[in-house]
Amino acid sequence: MDPKIETKQLNFYYGKLHAVKNATLDIREHQITALIGPSGCGKSTYLRTLNRMNDIIPGARVEGEVLLDRQNIYESNVDVVELRKRVGMVFQQPNPFPKSIYENVAFGPKMLGLGRKVNLDEVVEKSLRAAALWDEVKDNLHKSGLAISGGQQQRLCIARVLAVEPEVILMDEPCSALDPVSTLKIEELMRDLTKIYTIVIVTHNMLQAARVSDWTGFFLIGELVEYGKTVDIYSRPRDKRTEDYITGRFG
Amino acid sequence: MSAKSSQKIAMAFIWGSGVITVLILFLIIGYVLARGVPALGWDFLFTAPKGGLSGEGGISTAIVSTIYIVILTIAMLIVPGIGAAIYLSEYAKDNWLTRIIRYGVDTLAGVPSIVFGLFGFVLFVTALHFSFSLLAGALTMVCLLLPTLIRTSEEAIKAVPRSHREGALALGATKWQAIWRVVLPSALPGIVTGIILCIGRIVGETACLYVTIGGSAAMPTSLLSGGRTLSLHLFYLSMETNAFEKAMATAAVLIITILIINTIINWISYRFQARMRGGA
Repeated sequence: MDPKIETKQLNFYYGKLHAVKNATLDIREHQITALIGPSGCGKSTYLRTLNRMNDIIPGARVEGEVLLDRQNIYESNVDVVELRKRVGMVFQQPNPFPKSIYENVAFGPKMLGLGRKVNLDEVVEKSLRAAALWDEVKDNLHKSGLAISGGQQQRLCIARVLAVEPEVILMDEPCSALDPVSTLKIEELMRDLTKIYTIVIVTHNMLQAARVSDWTGFFLIGELVEYGKTVDIYSRPRDKRTEDYITGRFG
Repeated sequence: MSAKSSQKIAMAFIWGSGVITVLILFLIIGYVLARGVPALGWDFLFTAPKGGLSGEGGISTAIVSTIYIVILTIAMLIVPGIGAAIYLSEYAKDNWLTRIIRYGVDTLAGVPSIVFGLFGFVLFVTALHFSFSLLAGALTMVCLLLPTLIRTSEEAIKAVPRSHREGALALGATKWQAIWRVVLPSALPGIVTGIILCIGRIVGETACLYVTIGGSAAMPTSLLSGGRTLSLHLFYLSMETNAFEKAMATAAVLIITILIINTIINWISYRFQARMRGGA
């Protein structure tokens, strides 16, 4: 099976800082790929190159290729807006808009002008169900998206992404601001979502990577040290640095 | 001197300053209201002033002029003011040009209003032949208030968390969609506060309008009619007539108006904070 996303010799610079060095890896469709590593190792930066969210940072520069379905997303004819519809993103801090729960989920479809073509009520319900939030909020759809718990807010943000029907979902430490129960809910949800979506998750939490992911990449100081099946990485790491990290010797 | 006694002296000083400030404030407001309110009445509010040196009559045309000037000014102020704020906060790159613009905006905000009045007199009243008119006055007020509205709106826009913009962009929003659908609605209460602040400035402004709308006591009938706002009427009453009670009554109307405007501002900022926390 062809990989969904391939990055080839990807380099990323913030001004003079070389944040991602020669990262080459394939992201498989309908699987969860976890990127782990200590703070500042470049894993989040790498993630944000996959939907070009780094474009908005002044002084940022990319070299190399990111192929989505064999098409380089950094070519000049690529529509960034179109790309971000296909590659959605969930952030570290839940960031619902200061609107109602309903309006948060309906935001994407409305913005894309689908409001008249689709039944928004159905899209909202379907997305909230898919994000395992429907039962908790169905009676309060017009409550502010900021008035629910942090874990619910994060699932609301996932529902908001699902409503635009992306192909890939990028998750940038989605559970780092959440309690263990909410974290578990999101992890279960991720497993369900792989039936339809491809997921790339950046996480600080090595146990989380081990629990949810099929593939794991270990980043250190901008370098992709090791990449492979999660079971292999955790049972037989090839690189000494990976072994040190996953056994908790640093990081 | 021991630390304790210096603390006591400092506290006494701070308390004293506070008490004096509040006393002066209440003295002024109390005095104006006590002298002005008894002269207030429907008659006073709804009859036209006689004008000239008589000081007779009410303030009906002044109220109408004030409302006209407020509406005209705000209508012409909103689009350029908020537009510039969006440009400065979202689009402008940080370079020498935008630094000059920012510096200019800040400087303009501190220029005395009579300087704007003089500018308005030269440009709108004479060069453009609007003569003393509501139009000339409102255009001058737009110049005076643009810096204020730009800065308050810019602050409101900047206060919207970056994560909201990123959230919208990550859903496939264009930059403008993110601004229009997420940033501006979130910043709206702050922007509205800025607009109401401007309304307060218009109601209170005298010097700038003195040299641009003239001071006609007649009811304005078109954009090119002259007029006098409440503040201007108060100025004429106190400088050119002996109608002291009427001046006080006008001042009372002004103070009450400003109190209402400030209450609205407080209410909106309270709602704004509640909304940002998820309360509303």
